[in-house]
Amino acid sequence: MIAHVHDNVNYFKVRHGIMSWLATVDHKRIGLMYLASTALFFLLGGTFAGLFRIELWSPEPGFISQDTYNRFFTLHGVIMVFLVVVPAIPGALGNFLLPLQLGAKDLAFPKLNMTSLYLYWLGAAIAIISLFVGKADSGWTFYAPYSISQNPAVLWMLVAAFVLGFSSILTGLNFIVTIHNMRAPGMTWYRLPLFVWSLYATAIMQIFATPVLAVTLLLLLMENFFGIGIFDPKLGGDPILMQHFFWFYSHPAVYIIVVPAFGITSELITTFSRRDIFGYKFIAFSSVAIAVIGFLVWGHHMFVAGQSEVADTVFSFLTFFTAVPSAIKVFNWTTTLYKGSIELRSPMLYGLAILFNFTIGGLTGIILAILSVDIHLHDTYFVISHFHYVAMGTTMVAFIGGIHYWWPKMTGKMYNEFWGKVGAISIFVGFNLTFFVQLIMGSQGSPRRYYNYLPEFKIHHDISTLGFAVLAFGLFVALINLLVSLKSGETAPQNPWGAMTLEWTHAATPPVLFNFEETPAVTHGPYEYPSEKV
Amino acid sequence: MATSASSGLKEHEVAHHFDDLDQEFESHKTGMWLFLASEIMMFGALFVGLIVFLTRWPGAYHEGSHHLDWRLGAVNTFFLLTSGLTMALAAYHGQQGNQSKVRTQLILSILFACGFLVVKSIEYSAKFEHGTLPGRFWHGEGFTDPHTHVFFGLYFMMTGLHAVHVLVGMGLMIWCLIISTRERFTRGWFTPIEMAGLYWALVDLIWIFLFPMLYLVGT
Repeated sequence: MIAHVHDNVNYFKVRHGIMSWLATVDHKRIGLMYLASTALFFLLGGTFAGLFRIELWSPEPGFISQDTYNRFFTLHGVIMVFLVVVPAIPGALGNFLLPLQLGAKDLAFPKLNMTSLYLYWLGAAIAIISLFVGKADSGWTFYAPYSISQNPAVLWMLVAAFVLGFSSILTGLNFIVTIHNMRAPGMTWYRLPLFVWSLYATAIMQIFATPVLAVTLLLLLMENFFGIGIFDPKLGGDPILMQHFFWFYSHPAVYIIVVPAFGITSELITTFSRRDIFGYKFIAFSSVAIAVIGFLVWGHHMFVAGQSEVADTVFSFLTFFTAVPSAIKVFNWTTTLYKGSIELRSPMLYGLAILFNFTIGGLTGIILAILSVDIHLHDTYFVISHFHYVAMGTTMVAFIGGIHYWWPKMTGKMYNEFWGKVGAISIFVGFNLTFFVQLIMGSQGSPRRYYNYLPEFKIHHDISTLGFAVLAFGLFVALINLLVSLKSGETAPQNPWGAMTLEWTHAATPPVLFNFEETPAVTHGPYEYPSEKV
Repeated sequence: MATSASSGLKEHEVAHHFDDLDQEFESHKTGMWLFLASEIMMFGALFVGLIVFLTRWPGAYHEGSHHLDWRLGAVNTFFLLTSGLTMALAAYHGQQGNQSKVRTQLILSILFACGFLVVKSIEYSAKFEHGTLPGRFWHGEGFTDPHTHVFFGLYFMMTGLHAVHVLVGMGLMIWCLIISTRERFTRGWFTPIEMAGLYWALVDLIWIFLFPMLYLVGT
């Protein structure tokens, strides 16, 4: 038990040494360790992307071999999905902020939280082992029969994803219990910051979808070791069943990835418009609606996999429904901006970038949900571009924007605003250069995952690779700017942005060990700015 | 959970980040229910797989199911359901702070669970003898349908995963037994035995679906 004399010292200084980090159950320290870990893997996953983008500069084979190319895009996919975009926002920002935004001392289960982090590290370590034991080239989707050919690297990858799944389930469980039981007095459901609502919706999906992935991966392992014959067509199994199981998790996973980003967007846009959010309940419940509908649309990944036409039609129809809550969010954010006093600080630039990127990411999703169109676009660069507009253009942009927004609270330091903006703008421009052109080449039929391509697509690939360079530049500017601020940044005031949520109004910068010197009593909503009350 | 468990008869201490015992108990309970929900999703996927197999190769399914001894399955159902009762009684006595009755019921539950595992191992060894093993190790004879081995693949997968849950449940019972030996359950604090009871109910529940789906559908 931590000595109570230290209660009012900030969480950085309360203890020192490596063990004070490794053995901590403090949600803030765990959040920071998630932040460092996911950032590291983002760098690794991005490096693989950079390497195969260089290869794709020319249609001729050259820079890397075909096998290496297959490995690199598999590694890029597995690392980015399981080690970066799924855990990043809940693990890093969610952990750090959820108790602060609720007015609680910690998450409901601090030790379980530490267990999640350790499972994440264990999964990450196993994933790294798989880099060295062979060629993992099944793609991140682990489709049978690629994934049941007893390739040792794929086996390790399966185990890694299995372990990471449990980390995700435990995080989700912890969040739901915390939101239900740990709210400060006066913190009613409709006074919760929208980031909390988004974490809640995410946690529902983590708890209900991830176990299905776990058992799918387990079945794949059993298929590899024993040949139990459930997925292997040679033994009478059904490889399409594996795809159903996989997407039953992995479609909700797409929303596990993006819904927390919506929460961050709501925080950024309200704070820097100085306005109450337009349609609080609509935004809150649209997150929950996405979580629920997200369970019913997995079949749209399998329109050309030999599903029945009835199933295709139903899944297509249901997929259109997801557009409704998504559109509600975009319209409400835009309306929040209207007549707000907008301040273009670095985090807000990320917020606006999300509005732009997610609109493209969402609308291209509608295009792909149309059955006849999907048959043309399936497995082309159009799909790649679509989900990067969501996973990178929305989630990672929100993650980086959220880091810029909460950095002063987490570290007690202000970063350089000019370089913050340079980073944000470069990321926005670089990202769109990289991926917009892929929509065009995809619509012209250029297939994804191929090592070679027709010479007429060289110009598209070259623009995309150049865009990647700009994107990478932006990411490094942001990273270096943040790291430099740790050394030489100005000391951050308690509430540098004038935000209204508890972590800014009631917690010190950086927060004390148990977050608040006194449990805050909440008397108003999270975005009620004083000027509006006049 | 407070870390003061090491010495004898100490009262339960509410963990630092909770306001009171109620909040702590409610949190643990919500968490447990959510965990059970995720378990049901996990087994649910396996049941879906089983039903897909049933509709795809009904002949193989029936042949495999026939090969199982429903009497042994019925005995195990009896063991598990009875242990469910004794575990519920243990949890009830835990809430009353009645340590000696908690211990009696826990020991009974553990014995029934052991009985379940003994019968299970008898069944497993019969499968090993007959060679009705999953896929690659299959050398079963006298089966007409070439896909019968898939039934046994799923049989081992599902009952095996369930058996792991039985073992975990027994571990929880032993843990509660230790707590009870230290006389720590009170009317105010009985979280572990309540949680172990909930978990054991899930183990029961899964078996209630496994038994008819595997043993009875084919007969």
